[in-house]
Amino acid sequence: MRTRIGYIASNTFREAVRDRVLYNLIAFALLLSGAAILVGQISIEIEKLVVINLGLTAVSLFGVVIAIFIGIGLVSKEIEKRTLYTVLSRPVRRWEFIVGKFFGLAGTLVVNTFFMAIGVFGALFYVSHKFVRADALILVALYFIILEFLIICSLALLFSSFSSPLLSAVFAFSLFVIGSFAEDLRNFAKMAHGVSGLLATGAAYLVPNFSAFNVITSIAHEQPVAGQLILQNSLYALFYAAMALSGAVLIFERRDLK
Amino acid sequence: MPAIEILGLEKTYSVGFWRKRPKRALFPLRFTVEDGEVFGFLGPNGAGKTTTLKLLMGLVYPTGGSARILGREWTDPWVKAQIGFLPEQPYFYDYLTAHELLEYYGQLSGVPAKQRKQRVEKVLDQVGLRDVRGVQLRKFSKGMLQRVGIGQAILHDPKLVFFDEPMSGLDPMGRREVRDLMEQLKHEGKTVFFSTHILSDAEALCDRVAVIHKGELRDVGAIEDLTSSVLGKVEVIWQGSQVPASIKALGAECHVTGDRVRAIIAENQQDAMIDALRRERLRLIAIIPVRTSLEAYFVEKLRRAETTAGSVA
Repeated sequence: MRTRIGYIASNTFREAVRDRVLYNLIAFALLLSGAAILVGQISIEIEKLVVINLGLTAVSLFGVVIAIFIGIGLVSKEIEKRTLYTVLSRPVRRWEFIVGKFFGLAGTLVVNTFFMAIGVFGALFYVSHKFVRADALILVALYFIILEFLIICSLALLFSSFSSPLLSAVFAFSLFVIGSFAEDLRNFAKMAHGVSGLLATGAAYLVPNFSAFNVITSIAHEQPVAGQLILQNSLYALFYAAMALSGAVLIFERRDLK
Repeated sequence: MPAIEILGLEKTYSVGFWRKRPKRALFPLRFTVEDGEVFGFLGPNGAGKTTTLKLLMGLVYPTGGSARILGREWTDPWVKAQIGFLPEQPYFYDYLTAHELLEYYGQLSGVPAKQRKQRVEKVLDQVGLRDVRGVQLRKFSKGMLQRVGIGQAILHDPKLVFFDEPMSGLDPMGRREVRDLMEQLKHEGKTVFFSTHILSDAEALCDRVAVIHKGELRDVGAIEDLTSSVLGKVEVIWQGSQVPASIKALGAECHVTGDRVRAIIAENQQDAMIDALRRERLRLIAIIPVRTSLEAYFVEKLRRAETTAGSVA
């Protein structure tokens, strides 16, 4: 039997599809096919490297933009348009609403990533005319990108539960940028001492460590990814997303829907 | 068992950005709504009607007090499966069709799949949207959206329905249809609680009403009782063509038509009027109670409240 969370998630997915969010795939397809044709013409033995780098970076950026722009409106838009009133006046708990929205957005991004992945493999086949065993590593990179999306979705929902869409977008984008340099931030924190050292270490570990999820360059060079990193990133993403979602639930549970 | 017992619900909001200050939206509210009643919740705009409904729906949290709905705590999830709610000027997911929206709300209300299909079809018929069941809501007019709103409120066959300004923004035909629907719900034995500032709707539909103004409950009771308690008047008709000074002195509002005089006078002056007519040897034809309109009652009641507030200040 499907749960209320499932119904809310599938409605969120339906909203994204009907609001033509998946149209971004057209832009992605144009970008990638253009790049593949261009690289194929230049042909200086780096076609594959360029296509993997460009393709996976585009998958990541397109997804991040979608995650933030849909995520920030998931709660605030429902409050603003008062569509939430007829949902929460039913036997739906507020946490079910938040979790349902999260899964709906995450599902949208997974489907979106799936189609973009087909595009990346298509472009790869176009430039190299065959697949090799090392190409399977692209799947690991895609998996890490999806983990990254889970964290961003949960953060966008967290900000959306108490802030306006504009501020939520600013917060979420800032965290994405800072999180992409999280390793540098941690190294910097190690050099600081005293109170500033503690503060810098706290901040460095509080922001999501997106740099650990970026394996695009090493995969483009056909370097394998350690199983430990896969496990570590999986646990980290689930933990971080769960914490951010819990924060969103805690805030939303106490909020008056004026 | 009352359908709704409001036990001192109150709400104070914090307003302001830097320096938060309290703003009382609702003073402790106490009244009950009996099972099977059509109950009107009346008040001018900004009186606290929507705040009360939001408190009962769990959309805002009370600063104090509690409520019981159908014999249980109002926050009990079981209660939410037994009630329907139409918010003021409802807005729905406009990318859905009317059929999809009702289906979705049926799922959230826990209506089993087999019954859900039947209920959705029945409700689409009931609110007159069968022909446009496949049209996206973004193409609906305000009146059609109001019908969708009513449809979603009654979809899961609730025992108790809350309507917030259900006639707001509707044309006369639309209002008539909503009235008919509310009467139908009453005949089905459901309790209807609706807020309105359109008094003619309350007069036409309600068994009892509560009047709220500036967050404070002013009165609760049957419309007849409320109107007579404030402005009870009688019309006295006698034969004659002139109004004697002794009758004018009673403050009567008199109109002479042919050989008859009609006077409107406060109910408590009725005996004095009869005595005066006897003394003047005039022939009494009739004494008819004048039913004061709810509007007149309302204006009088709110005027008194303003005066009291002014004198206290």
